[in-house]
Amino acid sequence: MAKKIIEVDEVVVKFAGDSGDGMQLTGTQFSDTSALLGDDISTFPDYPAEIRAPVGTVGGVSGFQLHFGKIVDNPGDFCDVLVAMNPAALKANIRWVKDGGTIILDTDSFTDKNFAKAGFQQENLKEIYQDFNVIQAPMTTLTKETLVNSGLDNKSMVRSKNMFALGMVYCIFDRPLNYTEKFLDKKFVKKPNIAESNKKTLRSGFNYAVTIHAMPSYRVHSSNSLEKGRYRNMNGNTAAAWGLLAAAEKANLPFFLGSYPITPASEILVEISLRKDLGAKSFQAEDEIGGIVTAVGASFAGNLAATSTSGPGLALKSEAIGLAVITELPLVIVNVQRGGPSTGLPTKTEQSDLFQALYGRNGESPVPVIAASTPSNCFDYAFEAGKIALEHMTPVLLLTDGFLANGTEPWKIPSMADMPVIKHKIKPKGEGEYLPYKRDPETLAREWAIPGTEGYEHRVGGLEKMDLTGNVSYVPENHELMTKYRADKVQNLENVFPELKVEGDEDADLLVIAWGSTYGHITTAVRELNKEGCKVAHAHFNYINPLPKNTADVFGKYKKHLVCEMNLGQFAGYLDMKHPKFEYHKFNKIQGLPFTVVELKEKFKQLTGKN
Amino acid sequence: MSDNKYTFKDFKSDQEVRWCPGCGDTAVLMSVQKAMAELDHKKEDYAVISGIGCSSRFPYYMNTYGFHGIHGRAGVLASGVKTANPKLSVWQITGDGDALAIGGNHFIHEIRRNINLNILLFNNQIYGLTKGQYSPTSLFGQVTKTSPYGTVEQPFHPGELVLGAQGKFFARTIDTKVKETTDILIKADKHVGTSVVEILQNCVIYNDGAYNNITSKETRDDNQIWLEHGKPMLFGKDKQKGLIVDGMKLRVVHLSDRISEENILVHDAHEPDPSLHLALINMRVGLGFPVAFGIIRQVEAPAYDQLIEQQIEEVKSKSKIKNMDDVLNSGSTWVVE
Ligand code: SF4
Repeated sequence: MAKKIIEVDEVVVKFAGDSGDGMQLTGTQFSDTSALLGDDISTFPDYPAEIRAPVGTVGGVSGFQLHFGKIVDNPGDFCDVLVAMNPAALKANIRWVKDGGTIILDTDSFTDKNFAKAGFQQENLKEIYQDFNVIQAPMTTLTKETLVNSGLDNKSMVRSKNMFALGMVYCIFDRPLNYTEKFLDKKFVKKPNIAESNKKTLRSGFNYAVTIHAMPSYRVHSSNSLEKGRYRNMNGNTAAAWGLLAAAEKANLPFFLGSYPITPASEILVEISLRKDLGAKSFQAEDEIGGIVTAVGASFAGNLAATSTSGPGLALKSEAIGLAVITELPLVIVNVQRGGPSTGLPTKTEQSDLFQALYGRNGESPVPVIAASTPSNCFDYAFEAGKIALEHMTPVLLLTDGFLANGTEPWKIPSMADMPVIKHKIKPKGEGEYLPYKRDPETLAREWAIPGTEGYEHRVGGLEKMDLTGNVSYVPENHELMTKYRADKVQNLENVFPELKVEGDEDADLLVIAWGSTYGHITTAVRELNKEGCKVAHAHFNYINPLPKNTADVFGKYKKHLVCEMNLGQFAGYLDMKHPKFEYHKFNKIQGLPFTVVELKEKFKQLTGKN
Repeated sequence: MSDNKYTFKDFKSDQEVRWCPGCGDTAVLMSVQKAMAELDHKKEDYAVISGIGCSSRFPYYMNTYGFHGIHGRAGVLASGVKTANPKLSVWQITGDGDALAIGGNHFIHEIRRNINLNILLFNNQIYGLTKGQYSPTSLFGQVTKTSPYGTVEQPFHPGELVLGAQGKFFARTIDTKVKETTDILIKADKHVGTSVVEILQNCVIYNDGAYNNITSKETRDDNQIWLEHGKPMLFGKDKQKGLIVDGMKLRVVHLSDRISEENILVHDAHEPDPSLHLALINMRVGLGFPVAFGIIRQVEAPAYDQLIEQQIEEVKSKSKIKNMDDVLNSGSTWVVE
């Protein structure tokens, strides 16, 4: 019987199992191998909320989804191939498999006991068999058979079964094994027996898939769309951390991060802690407030300083952000949004901190707010946040979210020589009198005098400052003047922020408006609809406060405006306040999950009257 | 020692001092300015950092780099300044409310980290700036605006907290004792690590005379004992009283035929075991003891900021990564042709 070969431009694969099954590693290996072959890729890990949820339960399922092929902008809605290592993994993910998709099961794990733990019935399986192409592989048994002479104990043998699954999937997509083999050699360099056993199991899985005929075979049309150059996989948190470090290097300043661990932002602190080799200092404070206030202190002392957090932490930092506003010190606050309010959904994604970022402080307390829109451009926007902070002497709030933080995509590695110049406001030694609140007439940024510089001794603080001298002042007119200066300084950024661009059909009636991490899904939805002849345009915001100068001009070209966001309509409300002459339709999702391309297309079609 | 390039006047800012006339803070300001003039740092290398409260206005009156922060956060603000720029001599000005109530968490953690800075804790046992509410050091039963029937809270004893947080340097002084305070501050600055100096400070408006039983002419000889490392623990008008250890406890004795100076405890501030330091810190007039002043504990240990700098040097010397381009190209990468 000839094998079924499925020709596709792109494909979505998900590996799901118990958190101890090594699914993250399996997925990363598959993604790295595909990347080496030149595919465009987007990945998203799906971690269980509990660190050690009971084995075999739905709460303990760990997944890794990857989407690869010609042009890929998001990790995909539904998968073509699902690997489920136990009933819980199947139960948790079955709704995300495409009709007629392929499901590979480790049948050894489909025992009565495991069905019970997952709250799943043998009966359910029968239906699944009808609707999907199910491949049953006794992976645990076959792995043990492969390793029978390895000298490993039972537990260690079973631990290799993820490699069996990976081998099978490599076969389906006709991928070479050598990248993973090399990886295993390196990872287990001190345990050659484990390296050998894993490699053997990987090949064994591959060979098993060759011999069973039920296996489909996919031919994914390769990308060639990627620009030439050196690439790496990049996730949003590493990108944000590196962007900050890059800004410090470009500005020729030491870097300081004050932070407190919080999901899903902790990896930023972890990344910076690694970079002692660059002289970067990470201060793990006793709380969120300590995180930001040490950073304000470091900024006063002449470092490029930053703090990283998520929603609940941002709430605790509010007062200190105000301190950075009134002292007009450079500071970057990275807020990796998650589901709220309160502790909310720590491991899930949401865009509901927008109002908090814009307004969550006492007094008139303007702060520039920018947002990254893909995992890798967290690098660019973190760099940009550092640049704005240093050139305009202001705290800057960078919004990312759980989806960007943990998602990955191939990223063309930039060269530091090509990064924009950053000109900080430090007053060089020996240039006469220093007036702390004397401003650049154009940007309104004040000068920065670093402790240790002779002759520039001065005091700053949270009390209102007298214009020019910075002395404490209760003069009514002065307070109004300073308040306006602070507001204008931020508003003036519209003169340096890039203009808003439109993607998709320029002559469409419907303009889809969005910001932040929804970029990938919306881009795909708009591209697909455009191909289908449905006219839709897309304007995506990375600059939120202030808005790009041409915002109203762009909006004015379209008849209908639809704002899509993962909250109840905060950006729509903000736009309504800033540009009230347009009517904003809203499309909102608050499930801790990104939009799917399918639901976006539906909504866009509905509004274009094509439904 | 000092080459006397500065006098205390060099450290006065042009801002008018706004504390109430007679406030103990004014004398401390003088002590700090004198200490700074005598120390070896350049004027531009001083950073005076505060939180919120009467004493926290301090930086405005100093002609140095200064930062008046937000309530409770003096400790973290100062920690950030020192960690980011370890060359600076950092002086944290804080009060009993700022450091022990709203900023209590930061206070214990900066001491635990042993960041090389000086904490001047102005203890007036009251909230002055907000006009007279009780503080975490107000006495049990003290009548204040917010405790009209007397507090029912036990006060913190700052020194106890410092030792509980593994503090390495603790001294106590009195606002009006400019000479002694100046001397202690110089030693505190020279000590590597977090140096906490508790200053008993009289708030003439809301808690006047809080320390009268310690500081008044009639009582001061009997109720103060000034400790000096290596010297016997003697006090009283003619130094006729002293401290001995009796069992596990301190006891006050009078010198006599039977008890000579040799029987009296000799102060060892450098003893790493904190037990005796704690006992000295906890002596109170109401318990029949004099209150201990001077440097009670001074033990050497590496400071946080030093360790950070060391670690950076070590990692730098070993790592192949020298700049951001190296970081960006590190790990697994591939080339698209
Ligand atoms: S209220 Fe008390 S502490 Fe505050 S300035 Fe007046 S006397 Fe000093």
